[in-house]
Amino acid sequence: MTLDELFGIGPYSLPHDEKQALLVEHLNRLTAHHADRCAPYGRILDAYGYRGRSWSAIEDIPYLPISLFKEFALKSIPDNAVIKTLTSSGTTGQKVSRIFLDKETSRRQTKALAAIMQDFIGGKRLPMLILDTRNVIKDRTLFSARGAGILGLSNFGRDHLYVLDEEMRLRTEALKQFLVDHPDEPILMFGFTFMVWKHVYQELRAQDIDVDLSRGILIHSGGWKKLTDEAVDNARFKKALRDTCGIQRVHNFYGMVEQIGSIYMESDSGCFQTPVFSDVIIRDPLDWSVLPIGREGVIELVSILPHSYPGHALLTEDLGRVVGEDDSPDGRKGKYFEVLGRIPKAEIRGCSDTYAEEAVSSAV
Amino acid sequence: MDNTEKLREVFAEALQIDQGKVVDSLEYNSIPEWDSVAHMALVAAIDDAFDIMLDTDDVIDMSSFGEAKKILTRYDVEF
Repeated sequence: MTLDELFGIGPYSLPHDEKQALLVEHLNRLTAHHADRCAPYGRILDAYGYRGRSWSAIEDIPYLPISLFKEFALKSIPDNAVIKTLTSSGTTGQKVSRIFLDKETSRRQTKALAAIMQDFIGGKRLPMLILDTRNVIKDRTLFSARGAGILGLSNFGRDHLYVLDEEMRLRTEALKQFLVDHPDEPILMFGFTFMVWKHVYQELRAQDIDVDLSRGILIHSGGWKKLTDEAVDNARFKKALRDTCGIQRVHNFYGMVEQIGSIYMESDSGCFQTPVFSDVIIRDPLDWSVLPIGREGVIELVSILPHSYPGHALLTEDLGRVVGEDDSPDGRKGKYFEVLGRIPKAEIRGCSDTYAEEAVSSAV
Repeated sequence: MDNTEKLREVFAEALQIDQGKVVDSLEYNSIPEWDSVAHMALVAAIDDAFDIMLDTDDVIDMSSFGEAKKILTRYDVEF
């Protein structure tokens, strides 16, 4: 099945055997593609004697540590084919990943994200609240992970309202007017987890603002580190939003700028669901062997979308475990997993955490 | 004014480019003015100008001016 055919079949429609066969075929092809076009990647394969080989399981495909994208400009396209450069959200003084996109990779990411999102919210664009400030999309050629996330999700909305102003204050009147202007339909809301908590939820509480967002579908992402410090987990987050403004539907998602597009949405399993374009593998940090369902280890992510850079198999700096496969209560196929935090000593990096740390350092 | 002219004006205004540049082969991401930020403004302007509501798939597939005309015919806009 070609990638374009795959965009049409439903992102959670393939059971284990079919999905693995499909992924390994694409990943083998991508490995050869990048070896031929990205010289540093080719040299890595050469060093292990991997060039020209193919593998029969996705677990055997050579993978790169994600930190390599901070050290090196890895790309498989000529400079003039780069249409966009994405950066991860490194805090001041830290190195950031740079991901170079060409038209084709950008198109694939958009199509994959659309397939995933539509499976959750349908094909109609919904009135949309962006729980952030317009400032994050100011530089149009160099997007932060935050900016890229917001723009990517904006395709699913209309009449977009950024609910925070440039000083990160809640635009209460604009929000209330938006709800008056859109009295009946479901409302799509998107923001980064920590921003939603700090600048929306806590502000609504602090200012005792009464808004009814019971028609809202909140999609959020960006890491829990700051919230874990405040003892806020997914369950408490959801309950707080429900109690304060009536939001019933909340989907957390996991993903990284290095494999943008193939995001992992929280399904009814309560975990992150892998779509047909990508998969998760858990590795033992002692010997990098593959761990079975239920065992905690380092998260590797494979994706068949990256065409312009060799990011199709990446070892992340996150810990997690696969909870189940093909048996989510909502009928979605694929592995589902949870993320249990960072590898100790990994650089602290999370989209919405960055803002907080910048705010702290500028306040000092 | 026919709908091609109307759509050309919408494109030129939303992307802030000369109307002369708005030809069928004008592609998304081929000029700095038509990037993902501008695309949002463009889609909103098309929705308003033709009093329609483009579906998500059409927003994503609208990859050129020519393609935009094709898509709009599905919303009963004639060219």
